[in-house]
Amino acid sequence: MKGKLQNITSRISTFIAIAVLLALWQICSTLGIVPSYMLPSPVRVVQAFIKEFPLLMQHLGVTLAEAFLGLGCGITFGFLMAVLMDRFEFLYKAFYPIVVLTQTIPTVAIAPLLVLWFGYEMMPKVILIVIVTFFPITVGLLNGFRSADKDAINLLRAMGAGKFQIFRYIKLPGAMSQFFASLRISAAYSVVGAVISEWLGGFAGLGVYMTRVKQAFAFDKMFAVIFLISFISLLLMKLVDFLQIKCMPWENKKHE
Amino acid sequence: MSHLEVKHVSKSFDGKAVLRDVNLELRDGELVCLLGVSGGGKTTLFNVISGLILPDDGEVLLDGKNITGKPGHISYMLQKDLLLPYRTIEDNVCLPLLIKGEKKKTAREKAAPYFKEFGLDGTQKKYPKQLSGGMRQRAALMRTYLFSQDVALLDEPFSALDTITKSSLHTWYLNIMEQIHLSTLFITHDIDEAILLSDRIYLLSGKTGTITDEIVIQEAKPRRQDFNLTEEFLRYKREILKKI
Repeated sequence: MKGKLQNITSRISTFIAIAVLLALWQICSTLGIVPSYMLPSPVRVVQAFIKEFPLLMQHLGVTLAEAFLGLGCGITFGFLMAVLMDRFEFLYKAFYPIVVLTQTIPTVAIAPLLVLWFGYEMMPKVILIVIVTFFPITVGLLNGFRSADKDAINLLRAMGAGKFQIFRYIKLPGAMSQFFASLRISAAYSVVGAVISEWLGGFAGLGVYMTRVKQAFAFDKMFAVIFLISFISLLLMKLVDFLQIKCMPWENKKHE
Repeated sequence: MSHLEVKHVSKSFDGKAVLRDVNLELRDGELVCLLGVSGGGKTTLFNVISGLILPDDGEVLLDGKNITGKPGHISYMLQKDLLLPYRTIEDNVCLPLLIKGEKKKTAREKAAPYFKEFGLDGTQKKYPKQLSGGMRQRAALMRTYLFSQDVALLDEPFSALDTITKSSLHTWYLNIMEQIHLSTLFITHDIDEAILLSDRIYLLSGKTGTITDEIVIQEAKPRRQDFNLTEEFLRYKREILKKI
Protein backbone atom coordinates (compact mmCIF):
# COMPACT_ATOMS: atom_id res chain seq x y z
CA MET A 1 0.00 0.00 0.00
CA LYS A 2 2.68 2.38 1.10
CA GLY A 3 4.74 1.67 -2.03
CA LYS A 4 1.79 2.35 -4.25
CA LEU A 5 1.04 5.62 -2.54
CA GLN A 6 4.65 6.72 -2.90
CA ASN A 7 4.54 5.80 -6.54
CA ILE A 8 1.46 7.94 -7.09
CA THR A 9 2.97 10.87 -5.19
CA SER A 10 6.15 10.79 -7.24
CA ARG A 11 4.10 10.69 -10.43
CA ILE A 12 2.02 13.63 -9.31
CA SER A 13 5.15 15.70 -8.74
CA THR A 14 6.36 14.88 -12.26
CA PHE A 15 3.03 15.99 -13.70
CA ILE A 16 3.05 19.18 -11.65
CA ALA A 17 6.57 20.01 -12.85
CA ILE A 18 5.56 19.51 -16.48
CA ALA A 19 2.38 21.56 -16.01
CA VAL A 20 4.34 24.42 -14.44
CA LEU A 21 6.84 24.44 -17.31
CA LEU A 22 4.04 24.48 -19.89
CA ALA A 23 2.27 27.28 -18.04
CA LEU A 24 5.46 29.37 -17.93
CA TRP A 25 6.00 28.77 -21.60
CA GLN A 26 2.41 29.80 -22.41
CA ILE A 27 2.77 32.96 -20.31
CA CYS A 28 6.03 33.91 -22.05
CA SER A 29 4.36 33.58 -25.45
CA THR A 30 1.12 35.34 -24.53
CA LEU A 31 2.92 38.28 -22.92
CA GLY A 32 5.18 38.51 -25.96
CA ILE A 33 8.41 38.08 -23.97
CA VAL A 34 9.58 35.77 -26.75
CA PRO A 35 8.30 36.63 -30.26
CA SER A 36 5.72 34.04 -31.31
CA TYR A 37 7.33 33.32 -34.70
CA MET A 38 10.43 32.08 -32.84
CA LEU A 39 8.70 30.22 -30.03
CA PRO A 40 5.05 29.33 -30.68
CA SER A 41 2.86 28.91 -27.59
CA PRO A 42 1.96 25.37 -26.43
CA VAL A 43 -1.63 25.97 -27.53
CA ARG A 44 -0.48 26.74 -31.07
CA VAL A 45 1.72 23.66 -31.08
CA VAL A 46 -1.26 21.52 -30.12
CA GLN A 47 -3.36 23.19 -32.82
CA ALA A 48 -0.64 22.49 -35.38
CA PHE A 49 -0.45 18.89 -34.20
CA ILE A 50 -4.19 18.39 -34.64
CA LYS A 51 -4.23 20.06 -38.04
CA GLU A 52 -1.27 18.06 -39.32
CA PHE A 53 -2.31 14.83 -37.62
CA PRO A 54 -3.10 12.71 -40.75
CA LEU A 55 0.13 13.81 -42.44
CA LEU A 56 2.16 13.22 -39.28
CA MET A 57 0.74 9.71 -38.93
CA GLN A 58 1.66 8.93 -42.53
CA HIS A 59 5.25 9.98 -41.93
CA LEU A 60 5.30 8.29 -38.54
CA GLY A 61 4.34 5.01 -40.22
CA VAL A 62 7.40 5.21 -42.46
CA THR A 63 9.71 6.16 -39.59
CA LEU A 64 8.42 3.39 -37.35
CA ALA A 65 8.75 0.81 -40.13
CA GLU A 66 12.41 1.81 -40.55
CA ALA A 67 12.98 1.88 -36.80
CA PHE A 68 11.48 -1.56 -36.19
CA LEU A 69 13.22 -3.17 -39.14
CA GLY A 70 16.53 -1.58 -38.11
CA LEU A 71 16.06 -2.47 -34.46
CA GLY A 72 15.13 -6.05 -35.33
CA CYS A 73 18.25 -6.43 -37.47
CA GLY A 74 20.32 -4.62 -34.84
CA ILE A 75 19.15 -6.98 -32.10
CA THR A 76 19.83 -10.04 -34.24
CA PHE A 77 23.25 -8.80 -35.27
CA GLY A 78 24.11 -7.66 -31.74
CA PHE A 79 23.03 -11.00 -30.32
CA LEU A 80 25.10 -12.98 -32.82
CA MET A 81 28.16 -10.83 -32.18
CA ALA A 82 27.80 -11.29 -28.42
CA VAL A 83 27.36 -15.06 -28.69
CA LEU A 84 30.32 -15.48 -31.02
CA MET A 85 32.59 -13.21 -28.99
CA ASP A 86 31.65 -15.06 -25.83
CA ARG A 87 32.23 -18.44 -27.41
CA PHE A 88 35.50 -17.69 -29.18
CA GLU A 89 38.04 -15.67 -27.27
CA PHE A 90 40.01 -14.79 -30.42
CA LEU A 91 36.92 -13.22 -31.97
CA TYR A 92 36.50 -11.15 -28.82
CA LYS A 93 40.09 -9.95 -29.01
CA ALA A 94 39.85 -9.27 -32.74
CA PHE A 95 36.45 -7.61 -32.95
CA TYR A 96 35.73 -5.91 -29.66
CA PRO A 97 37.94 -2.88 -30.43
CA ILE A 98 36.36 -2.61 -33.87
CA VAL A 99 32.88 -2.74 -32.37
CA VAL A 100 33.82 0.10 -30.04
CA LEU A 101 35.32 2.00 -32.98
CA THR A 102 31.99 1.90 -34.88
CA GLN A 103 30.48 3.95 -32.06
CA THR A 104 33.01 6.74 -32.41
CA ILE A 105 31.81 7.53 -35.93
CA PRO A 106 29.31 10.40 -35.77
CA THR A 107 25.94 9.34 -37.17
CA VAL A 108 25.56 12.64 -38.99
CA ALA A 109 28.79 12.02 -40.86
CA ILE A 110 28.03 8.52 -42.00
CA ALA A 111 24.36 8.99 -43.00
CA PRO A 112 25.03 11.03 -46.21
CA LEU A 113 27.61 8.44 -47.24
CA LEU A 114 25.07 5.66 -46.78
CA VAL A 115 22.59 7.66 -48.89
CA LEU A 116 25.18 7.97 -51.67
CA TRP A 117 25.89 4.25 -51.54
CA PHE A 118 22.41 2.85 -51.06
CA GLY A 119 20.02 5.49 -52.38
CA TYR A 120 17.15 7.40 -50.82
CA GLU A 121 14.97 4.42 -49.90
CA MET A 122 14.76 2.23 -46.83
CA MET A 123 18.18 0.56 -47.06
CA PRO A 124 20.56 3.32 -45.85
CA LYS A 125 18.22 4.13 -42.94
CA VAL A 126 18.04 0.54 -41.77
CA ILE A 127 21.82 0.20 -41.99
CA LEU A 128 22.33 3.34 -39.91
CA ILE A 129 19.87 2.11 -37.28
CA VAL A 130 21.62 -1.25 -37.14
CA ILE A 131 24.93 0.53 -36.55
CA VAL A 132 23.56 2.54 -33.62
CA THR A 133 21.40 -0.17 -32.05
CA PHE A 134 23.55 -3.32 -32.16
CA PHE A 135 26.25 -1.88 -29.93
CA PRO A 136 24.33 -1.60 -26.64
CA ILE A 137 22.90 -5.08 -27.23
CA THR A 138 26.30 -6.65 -27.89
CA VAL A 139 27.96 -4.99 -24.91
CA GLY A 140 25.06 -5.71 -22.55
CA LEU A 141 24.74 -9.36 -23.52
CA LEU A 142 28.47 -9.93 -23.49
CA ASN A 143 28.67 -8.51 -19.96
CA GLY A 144 25.81 -10.75 -18.93
CA PHE A 145 27.38 -13.87 -20.46
CA ARG A 146 30.73 -13.14 -18.86
CA SER A 147 29.37 -12.50 -15.39
CA ALA A 148 27.68 -15.91 -15.20
CA ASP A 149 28.26 -17.70 -11.89
CA LYS A 150 31.35 -19.91 -12.25
CA ASP A 151 30.10 -22.31 -9.56
CA ALA A 152 26.79 -22.79 -11.34
CA ILE A 153 28.64 -23.48 -14.59
CA ASN A 154 30.86 -26.04 -12.86
CA LEU A 155 27.84 -27.74 -11.32
CA LEU A 156 26.22 -28.10 -14.73
CA ARG A 157 29.48 -29.38 -16.16
CA ALA A 158 29.63 -32.00 -13.40
CA MET A 159 26.14 -33.02 -14.44
CA GLY A 160 27.52 -33.58 -17.93
CA ALA A 161 26.25 -30.41 -19.61
CA GLY A 162 27.88 -29.36 -22.86
CA LYS A 163 28.73 -25.82 -23.95
CA PHE A 164 25.35 -25.27 -25.57
CA GLN A 165 23.45 -26.44 -22.50
CA ILE A 166 25.49 -24.17 -20.26
CA PHE A 167 24.64 -21.32 -22.61
CA ARG A 168 20.97 -22.27 -22.75
CA TYR A 169 20.45 -22.80 -19.03
CA ILE A 170 22.85 -20.35 -17.41
CA LYS A 171 24.42 -17.74 -19.63
CA LEU A 172 21.42 -16.71 -21.73
CA PRO A 173 18.79 -16.43 -18.98
CA GLY A 174 21.39 -14.85 -16.68
CA ALA A 175 21.97 -12.08 -19.22
CA MET A 176 18.30 -11.18 -19.57
CA SER A 177 18.27 -8.13 -17.33
CA GLN A 178 21.33 -6.68 -19.07
CA PHE A 179 19.69 -7.42 -22.40
CA PHE A 180 16.58 -5.48 -21.50
CA ALA A 181 18.58 -2.57 -20.12
CA SER A 182 20.36 -2.42 -23.49
CA LEU A 183 17.15 -2.85 -25.41
CA ARG A 184 15.68 0.25 -23.75
CA ILE A 185 18.60 2.31 -25.01
CA SER A 186 18.54 0.72 -28.47
CA ALA A 187 14.79 1.25 -28.83
CA ALA A 188 15.21 4.97 -28.19
CA TYR A 189 18.22 5.12 -30.54
CA SER A 190 16.28 3.40 -33.31
CA VAL A 191 13.70 6.20 -33.60
CA VAL A 192 16.29 8.96 -33.35
CA GLY A 193 18.49 7.13 -35.88
CA ALA A 194 15.60 6.83 -38.32
CA VAL A 195 14.76 10.53 -38.04
CA ILE A 196 18.38 11.63 -38.51
CA SER A 197 18.87 9.52 -41.60
CA GLU A 198 15.59 10.75 -43.10
CA TRP A 199 16.64 14.30 -42.38
CA LEU A 200 19.82 13.74 -44.35
CA GLY A 201 18.13 12.24 -47.39
CA GLY A 202 14.82 10.58 -48.10
CA PHE A 203 11.30 10.86 -49.51
CA ALA A 204 9.12 10.19 -46.49
CA GLY A 205 9.25 9.94 -42.72
CA LEU A 206 9.25 12.33 -39.79
CA GLY A 207 12.81 13.48 -40.60
CA VAL A 208 11.75 14.48 -44.12
CA TYR A 209 8.70 16.23 -42.68
CA MET A 210 11.02 18.14 -40.34
CA THR A 211 13.20 19.40 -43.20
CA ARG A 212 10.08 20.62 -45.00
CA VAL A 213 8.58 22.52 -42.06
CA LYS A 214 12.01 23.94 -41.28
CA GLN A 215 12.28 25.38 -44.78
CA ALA A 216 8.81 26.88 -44.34
CA PHE A 217 9.84 28.31 -40.93
CA ALA A 218 6.75 26.64 -39.44
CA PHE A 219 7.94 26.57 -35.86
CA ASP A 220 4.65 25.31 -34.47
CA LYS A 221 4.78 22.23 -36.73
CA MET A 222 8.43 21.79 -35.85
CA PHE A 223 7.59 21.62 -32.17
CA ALA A 224 4.64 19.31 -32.84
CA VAL A 225 6.89 16.80 -34.57
CA ILE A 226 9.59 17.09 -31.88
CA PHE A 227 7.05 16.23 -29.19
CA LEU A 228 5.70 13.39 -31.28
CA ILE A 229 9.16 11.88 -31.64
CA SER A 230 10.00 12.06 -27.95
CA PHE A 231 6.57 10.67 -27.09
CA ILE A 232 7.12 7.72 -29.43
CA SER A 233 10.57 7.08 -27.94
CA LEU A 234 9.09 7.09 -24.44
CA LEU A 235 6.33 4.76 -25.55
CA LEU A 236 8.87 2.32 -26.98
CA MET A 237 10.85 2.34 -23.75
CA LYS A 238 7.67 1.62 -21.81
CA LEU A 239 6.95 -1.22 -24.20
CA VAL A 240 10.39 -2.67 -23.43
CA ASP A 241 9.67 -2.41 -19.69
CA PHE A 242 6.40 -4.25 -20.23
CA LEU A 243 8.14 -6.97 -22.24
CA GLN A 244 10.73 -7.33 -19.50
CA ILE A 245 8.07 -7.87 -16.84
CA LYS A 246 6.41 -10.47 -19.06
CA CYS A 247 9.66 -12.26 -19.91
CA MET A 248 11.15 -12.19 -16.41
CA PRO A 249 8.29 -13.09 -14.06
CA TRP A 250 10.68 -14.15 -11.28
CA GLU A 251 11.90 -10.57 -10.84
CA ASN A 252 8.61 -9.48 -9.31
CA LYS A 253 8.14 -12.34 -6.87
CA LYS A 254 8.51 -11.42 -3.24
CA HIS A 255 10.01 -13.52 -0.48
CA GLU A 256 7.29 -15.13 1.60
CA MET B 1 24.03 -50.71 -5.66
CA SER B 2 26.82 -48.22 -5.73
CA HIS B 3 30.36 -48.20 -4.67
CA LEU B 4 32.65 -45.23 -5.00
CA GLU B 5 36.39 -45.64 -4.69
CA VAL B 6 39.14 -43.08 -4.80
CA LYS B 7 42.54 -44.66 -5.29
CA HIS B 8 45.94 -43.06 -4.80
CA VAL B 9 44.79 -39.64 -5.93
CA SER B 10 47.39 -36.87 -5.94
CA LYS B 11 47.02 -33.34 -7.17
CA SER B 12 49.25 -30.32 -6.95
CA PHE B 13 48.79 -26.73 -8.06
CA ASP B 14 51.88 -24.72 -8.99
CA GLY B 15 54.15 -27.32 -7.43
CA LYS B 16 52.27 -27.28 -4.13
CA ALA B 17 50.74 -30.66 -3.27
CA VAL B 18 47.10 -30.28 -2.26
CA LEU B 19 46.25 -33.96 -2.29
CA ARG B 20 48.79 -36.70 -1.75
CA ASP B 21 47.98 -40.37 -2.24
CA VAL B 22 44.39 -40.05 -1.07
CA ASN B 23 42.45 -43.30 -0.74
CA LEU B 24 38.85 -43.51 0.30
CA GLU B 25 35.82 -45.59 -0.20
CA LEU B 26 32.07 -45.03 -0.01
CA ARG B 27 30.00 -48.17 0.29
CA ASP B 28 26.36 -48.61 -0.56
CA GLY B 29 24.02 -46.64 1.69
CA GLU B 30 26.81 -45.18 3.79
CA LEU B 31 27.30 -41.64 4.94
CA VAL B 32 30.98 -40.85 5.09
CA CYS B 33 32.39 -37.55 6.25
CA LEU B 34 35.57 -35.93 5.11
CA LEU B 35 36.66 -33.75 7.99
CA GLY B 36 39.35 -31.15 7.70
CA VAL B 37 40.17 -27.48 7.97
CA SER B 38 38.79 -25.09 5.35
CA GLY B 39 40.93 -24.74 2.26
CA GLY B 40 42.66 -28.02 2.99
CA GLY B 41 42.16 -29.72 -0.33
CA LYS B 42 38.65 -30.99 0.39
CA THR B 43 37.09 -29.08 -2.45
CA THR B 44 39.88 -30.14 -4.81
CA LEU B 45 39.11 -33.74 -3.94
CA PHE B 46 35.44 -33.12 -4.70
CA ASN B 47 36.28 -31.62 -8.06
CA VAL B 48 38.40 -34.67 -8.83
CA ILE B 49 35.59 -37.04 -7.86
CA SER B 50 32.98 -35.16 -9.89
CA GLY B 51 35.34 -35.23 -12.87
CA LEU B 52 35.82 -31.48 -13.17
CA ILE B 53 39.57 -31.68 -12.72
CA LEU B 54 42.01 -34.38 -13.63
CA PRO B 55 44.25 -35.65 -10.83
CA ASP B 56 47.99 -35.82 -11.47
CA ASP B 57 47.90 -39.40 -10.32
CA GLY B 58 45.37 -42.01 -9.24
CA GLU B 59 41.86 -42.86 -10.27
CA VAL B 60 38.19 -42.61 -9.33
CA LEU B 61 36.03 -45.70 -9.70
CA LEU B 62 32.24 -45.89 -9.61
CA ASP B 63 31.03 -49.48 -9.37
CA GLY B 64 34.40 -50.54 -10.72
CA LYS B 65 34.15 -48.24 -13.76
CA ASN B 66 36.90 -45.70 -14.23
CA ILE B 67 35.37 -42.22 -14.25
CA THR B 68 38.54 -40.20 -13.61
CA GLY B 69 38.24 -36.79 -15.25
CA LYS B 70 34.86 -37.64 -16.76
CA PRO B 71 32.05 -35.35 -15.63
CA GLY B 72 28.45 -36.44 -15.92
CA HIS B 73 28.54 -39.31 -13.42
CA ILE B 74 28.48 -37.74 -9.97
CA SER B 75 26.77 -34.52 -9.01
CA TYR B 76 27.34 -32.46 -5.92
CA MET B 77 25.78 -29.88 -3.71
CA LEU B 78 27.53 -26.91 -2.19
CA GLN B 79 27.06 -24.45 0.62
CA LYS B 80 25.67 -22.12 -2.05
CA ASP B 81 22.43 -23.70 -3.25
CA LEU B 82 23.12 -22.62 -6.85
CA LEU B 83 19.45 -22.76 -7.71
CA LEU B 84 18.92 -20.71 -10.84
CA PRO B 85 16.87 -17.65 -9.86
CA TYR B 86 14.96 -17.58 -13.13
CA ARG B 87 13.67 -21.14 -12.96
CA THR B 88 10.89 -22.37 -10.71
CA ILE B 89 11.80 -24.97 -8.09
CA GLU B 90 10.27 -27.62 -10.32
CA ASP B 91 12.36 -26.57 -13.30
CA ASN B 92 15.46 -26.27 -11.12
CA VAL B 93 15.28 -29.79 -9.79
CA CYS B 94 14.48 -31.12 -13.27
CA LEU B 95 17.61 -29.53 -14.72
CA PRO B 96 19.83 -32.64 -14.47
CA LEU B 97 17.18 -34.65 -16.32
CA LEU B 98 16.94 -32.02 -19.05
CA ILE B 99 20.72 -32.06 -19.39
CA LYS B 100 20.56 -35.81 -19.85
CA GLY B 101 18.30 -35.12 -22.81
CA GLU B 102 14.85 -35.82 -21.36
CA LYS B 103 11.81 -33.89 -22.52
CA LYS B 104 10.51 -31.24 -20.15
CA LYS B 105 7.27 -33.10 -19.61
CA THR B 106 8.82 -36.46 -18.76
CA ALA B 107 11.36 -34.76 -16.52
CA ARG B 108 8.56 -33.10 -14.55
CA GLU B 109 6.69 -36.37 -14.29
CA LYS B 110 9.77 -38.11 -12.96
CA ALA B 111 10.41 -35.41 -10.39
CA ALA B 112 6.80 -35.09 -9.21
CA PRO B 113 6.68 -37.98 -6.70
CA TYR B 114 9.77 -36.75 -4.83
CA PHE B 115 8.52 -33.32 -3.79
CA LYS B 116 6.66 -34.82 -0.91
CA GLU B 117 9.58 -36.90 0.32
CA PHE B 118 11.88 -33.92 0.25
CA GLY B 119 9.37 -31.80 2.10
CA LEU B 120 8.96 -29.50 -0.88
CA ASP B 121 5.34 -30.13 -1.74
CA GLY B 122 3.65 -26.91 -2.82
CA THR B 123 6.88 -25.19 -3.87
CA GLN B 124 6.86 -26.52 -7.45
CA LYS B 125 5.81 -23.26 -9.08
CA LYS B 126 7.73 -20.97 -6.74
CA TYR B 127 10.99 -19.25 -7.49
CA PRO B 128 14.08 -19.85 -5.31
CA LYS B 129 13.99 -16.40 -3.78
CA GLN B 130 10.54 -17.13 -2.41
CA LEU B 131 11.92 -19.94 -0.22
CA SER B 132 13.90 -19.93 3.02
CA GLY B 133 17.54 -20.99 3.12
CA GLY B 134 16.68 -24.40 4.55
CA MET B 135 14.08 -25.08 1.87
CA ARG B 136 16.48 -24.03 -0.84
CA GLN B 137 19.07 -26.52 0.41
CA ARG B 138 16.42 -29.24 0.30
CA ALA B 139 15.66 -28.31 -3.30
CA ALA B 140 19.39 -28.37 -4.08
CA LEU B 141 19.61 -31.84 -2.58
CA MET B 142 16.61 -33.00 -4.56
CA ARG B 143 18.30 -31.77 -7.72
CA THR B 144 21.44 -33.72 -6.78
CA TYR B 145 19.31 -36.78 -6.09
CA LEU B 146 17.48 -36.55 -9.41
CA PHE B 147 20.84 -36.48 -11.14
CA SER B 148 22.21 -39.67 -9.65
CA GLN B 149 20.02 -41.72 -7.44
CA ASP B 150 22.85 -43.44 -5.63
CA VAL B 151 25.82 -41.25 -4.80
CA ALA B 152 25.72 -37.66 -3.58
CA LEU B 153 28.65 -35.41 -2.83
CA LEU B 154 27.86 -32.69 -0.34
CA ASP B 155 30.34 -29.89 0.27
CA GLU B 156 29.48 -28.17 3.55
CA PRO B 157 25.83 -28.08 2.50
CA PHE B 158 24.45 -26.75 5.77
CA SER B 159 27.26 -24.49 6.95
CA ALA B 160 25.58 -21.26 5.80
CA LEU B 161 22.44 -21.94 7.82
CA ASP B 162 21.65 -20.89 11.37
CA THR B 163 22.09 -23.48 14.15
CA ILE B 164 18.42 -24.31 14.55
CA THR B 165 17.72 -24.75 10.84
CA LYS B 166 20.94 -26.72 10.54
CA SER B 167 19.97 -29.11 13.31
CA SER B 168 16.52 -29.69 11.85
CA LEU B 169 18.08 -30.38 8.48
CA HIS B 170 20.42 -32.93 10.06
CA THR B 171 17.46 -34.90 11.40
CA TRP B 172 15.71 -34.52 8.10
CA TYR B 173 18.74 -35.68 6.15
CA LEU B 174 19.22 -38.84 8.21
CA ASN B 175 15.55 -39.59 7.69
CA ILE B 176 15.52 -39.08 3.99
CA MET B 177 18.65 -41.15 3.52
CA GLU B 178 16.78 -44.09 4.97
CA GLN B 179 13.85 -43.53 2.64
CA ILE B 180 15.62 -42.97 -0.65
CA HIS B 181 18.72 -45.04 -0.01
CA LEU B 182 21.39 -42.54 -0.90
CA SER B 183 25.12 -43.00 -0.32
CA THR B 184 26.70 -39.74 0.71
CA LEU B 185 30.16 -38.33 0.84
CA PHE B 186 29.97 -35.30 3.05
CA ILE B 187 32.58 -32.57 3.44
CA THR B 188 32.56 -30.55 6.61
CA HIS B 189 34.77 -28.70 9.05
CA ASP B 190 32.19 -29.10 11.80
CA ILE B 191 33.21 -31.96 14.11
CA ASP B 192 29.78 -32.25 15.76
CA GLU B 193 28.06 -32.48 12.43
CA ALA B 194 30.47 -35.18 11.30
CA ILE B 195 29.94 -37.36 14.37
CA LEU B 196 26.20 -36.85 14.31
CA LEU B 197 25.69 -37.90 10.70
CA SER B 198 28.47 -40.28 9.73
CA ASP B 199 29.04 -43.97 9.66
CA ARG B 200 32.72 -43.27 9.13
CA ILE B 201 34.90 -40.18 9.25
CA TYR B 202 38.05 -39.58 7.26
CA LEU B 203 40.39 -36.97 8.66
CA LEU B 204 42.07 -34.97 5.91
CA SER B 205 45.16 -33.03 6.85
CA GLY B 206 45.42 -29.66 5.17
CA LYS B 207 49.17 -29.53 5.74
CA THR B 208 50.17 -32.75 4.01
CA GLY B 209 47.11 -33.30 1.82
CA THR B 210 46.77 -36.86 3.05
CA ILE B 211 44.08 -38.76 4.89
CA THR B 212 45.55 -39.23 8.36
CA ASP B 213 42.95 -41.35 10.03
CA GLU B 214 39.63 -43.12 9.69
CA ILE B 215 37.15 -43.23 12.57
CA VAL B 216 34.13 -45.51 12.64
CA ILE B 217 31.09 -44.23 14.53
CA GLN B 218 29.54 -47.35 16.04
CA GLU B 219 26.26 -45.75 17.11
CA ALA B 220 23.39 -47.46 15.27
CA LYS B 221 21.02 -45.63 12.92
CA PRO B 222 18.48 -44.15 13.22
CA ARG B 223 20.24 -42.28 15.99
CA ARG B 224 18.75 -40.98 19.17
CA GLN B 225 17.68 -37.35 19.15
CA ASP B 226 20.06 -36.56 21.98
CA PHE B 227 23.03 -38.52 20.65
CA ASN B 228 25.10 -35.35 20.58
CA LEU B 229 24.59 -34.94 24.34
CA THR B 230 25.86 -38.40 25.33
CA GLU B 231 29.19 -39.44 26.81
CA GLU B 232 29.71 -41.58 23.70
CA PHE B 233 29.53 -38.54 21.48
CA LEU B 234 32.03 -36.64 23.59
CA ARG B 235 34.41 -39.57 23.51
CA TYR B 236 34.40 -39.47 19.70
CA LYS B 237 34.86 -35.73 19.76
CA ARG B 238 37.88 -35.98 22.09
CA GLU B 239 39.40 -38.65 19.90
CA ILE B 240 39.01 -36.52 16.78
CA LEU B 241 40.30 -33.36 18.42
CA LYS B 242 43.38 -35.23 19.52
CA LYS B 243 44.06 -36.65 16.08
CA ILE B 244 43.30 -33.64 13.96
